[in-house]
Amino acid sequence: MLSRKSVLRVVSKLLIPPILLFALYVQFHGDFGPGGGFQAGVIFASAFILYSLIFGAHAARLAAPSWLTRWMLSCGVLLYAGVGVATMLMGGDFLDYSVLASNPLLGQHIGISLIEFGVGTTVAGAMITIFLIFDGSILNRRDE
Amino acid sequence: MIVGNFPILAVITPLMAAPIAVLLRRPGAAWLLALVVTWATFTLSLVLLGQVLESGPIYLRIGGWDAPWGIEYRLDRVGGLVMVIVSAIGSVIMTYSRASVEKEIPKDRIYLFYAMYLLCLTGLLGITITGDVFNLFVFLEISSLSSYVLIALGSNRRALTAAYRYLIMGTIGATFYIIGVGLMYMQTGTLNMSDLATLMPTVIDSRVIHAALAFLTVGISLKLALFPLHMWLPNAYTFAPSTVSAFLAGTATKVAVYVLIRIVFTVFGGVVILKNIPGVQEILMTLAIAGIFVASAIAVFQDNIKRMLAYSSVAQIGYIILGISFASTTGLTGSIIHLFNHALMKTALFMVMGAISLRIGGVTITDMRGLGRRMPWTMAAFVVGGLSLIGIPLTVGFVSKWYLIKAAIEQDMLLIAGLIVLGSLNAVAYVWRIIEAAYFQEAPKNAAVAKEAPLSMLLPIWVMAGASIYFGINATWTLNIATDAAEALMSGIIQ
Repeated sequence: MLSRKSVLRVVSKLLIPPILLFALYVQFHGDFGPGGGFQAGVIFASAFILYSLIFGAHAARLAAPSWLTRWMLSCGVLLYAGVGVATMLMGGDFLDYSVLASNPLLGQHIGISLIEFGVGTTVAGAMITIFLIFDGSILNRRDE
Repeated sequence: MIVGNFPILAVITPLMAAPIAVLLRRPGAAWLLALVVTWATFTLSLVLLGQVLESGPIYLRIGGWDAPWGIEYRLDRVGGLVMVIVSAIGSVIMTYSRASVEKEIPKDRIYLFYAMYLLCLTGLLGITITGDVFNLFVFLEISSLSSYVLIALGSNRRALTAAYRYLIMGTIGATFYIIGVGLMYMQTGTLNMSDLATLMPTVIDSRVIHAALAFLTVGISLKLALFPLHMWLPNAYTFAPSTVSAFLAGTATKVAVYVLIRIVFTVFGGVVILKNIPGVQEILMTLAIAGIFVASAIAVFQDNIKRMLAYSSVAQIGYIILGISFASTTGLTGSIIHLFNHALMKTALFMVMGAISLRIGGVTITDMRGLGRRMPWTMAAFVVGGLSLIGIPLTVGFVSKWYLIKAAIEQDMLLIAGLIVLGSLNAVAYVWRIIEAAYFQEAPKNAAVAKEAPLSMLLPIWVMAGASIYFGINATWTLNIATDAAEALMSGIIQ
């Protein structure tokens, strides 16, 4: 069991918070530089995957229960499409962010940040779900 | 404001309903949501088709970016017709599905079924409405990925291998498609269909564009199951849940045919390709005819009726491609109208199989014995669908065969016309086997006691069967749309 190796345990515990933080940095900096929702979602999920490798899938499932990943998967898509519907209701085209604020530039910032957050949420949820589903122990406890 | 956004609403309503269905989790609630949403998209599609018929193609830009830089949605007659077909089948099958789904799919996965169904519908509707070749690829993947999942939900364990095989073949098809798009982009620098059509004549003689056409044709042919690229289809339709077989048989391959029409006639300016690049027309025609005969011959020997219907689908795809390969207005009209007609009858037939599988538990030829007496209404619908498959007058099948034969005679291809008639005789052979078993054989002593299918299934089945009679007798509406669409496509004018 990898969790008995104290070096691995300590190092991974040290690494996980910066990984999560870095994911958020990539997420919110995507507006100005390289990055964005997809990359951020993958990095965010990799923290859970590392946790699951070292401490086992069961512990990872406690940290990210299936109801949570299901909500992440769904809400990300809904947020993305919701922004599109909102822009339509505010008189613009589908996903025309300029109408989101009185200043079109600010509107673009708000729009792109929101949909990228939606992408990030769904991608992180999908990555965690896929990894944990591949772990056999989850298959035996489908009812959870 | 909202009316102007109808095209996008038709696509994003099912897209947004899918995650909501996942969050609802309760089978009944998810079904109700899917039911409301599918009927809403059907209504939207009808309104859109009405607008297109009245005042020409609809354009819509996405995200405030003008075409050709941004993604453009563009709905014309042929797109509108396919959209109505897809959403009509989607909504009728959703009405029908509940009892069948509850029997065939584990309870804790039913909400996932409805979510996937809605996503698949999103992808198929999106393909019909987009005016951008890359956006089309995205929708193609949405619909394909969700249909792999839908097929894998089948209760027989072989559904998994069937879905896996479809996944491999479908992915190769999608890859070929995107390679073709990439090559076109390399030569023209655009992804917008109208823009591509304008730029295409200047680059049409380059080898890169010929390679692009080859990749696109093979890729799409994999998706629409043109013989001999149909190997994924029979197992996928056989082992998928009944509702899924009915839905995919009526929509997935039809939409792929639409993509082929779109690429060959809109993007490449059709007639030029089929007539001027040597071999294209002959290859399509030969494969179509081969498909009609080989697949029909295999269908005659199938014991599982779902598999028989699947092979019959491959044969019918042959007729549709044959119509395209004539490269004439009549031929294309025949193709478009057969697209519509075959969707009606095949959906009805697969829905009948779903009802039988609900009551009897199996769909082999031995299960059919004596069913004419035990499930009279269900089997009567099967007879209607079967006659239409053969192409008997007063059914929709006759109208489309008539146009195909007319197209063949127009070009003095009497041999082809004869082969079309001969192909229909093949259909008589496989349809008759079932009618004989159902009406002229006694039910075995130990047969399950079967009663008529529930009204919630019978009604949608008869809507489809009734439609395949109605549009066979009064084909004016569909024929007008198909003829206009074919003329617009043939003229190659970008409206």
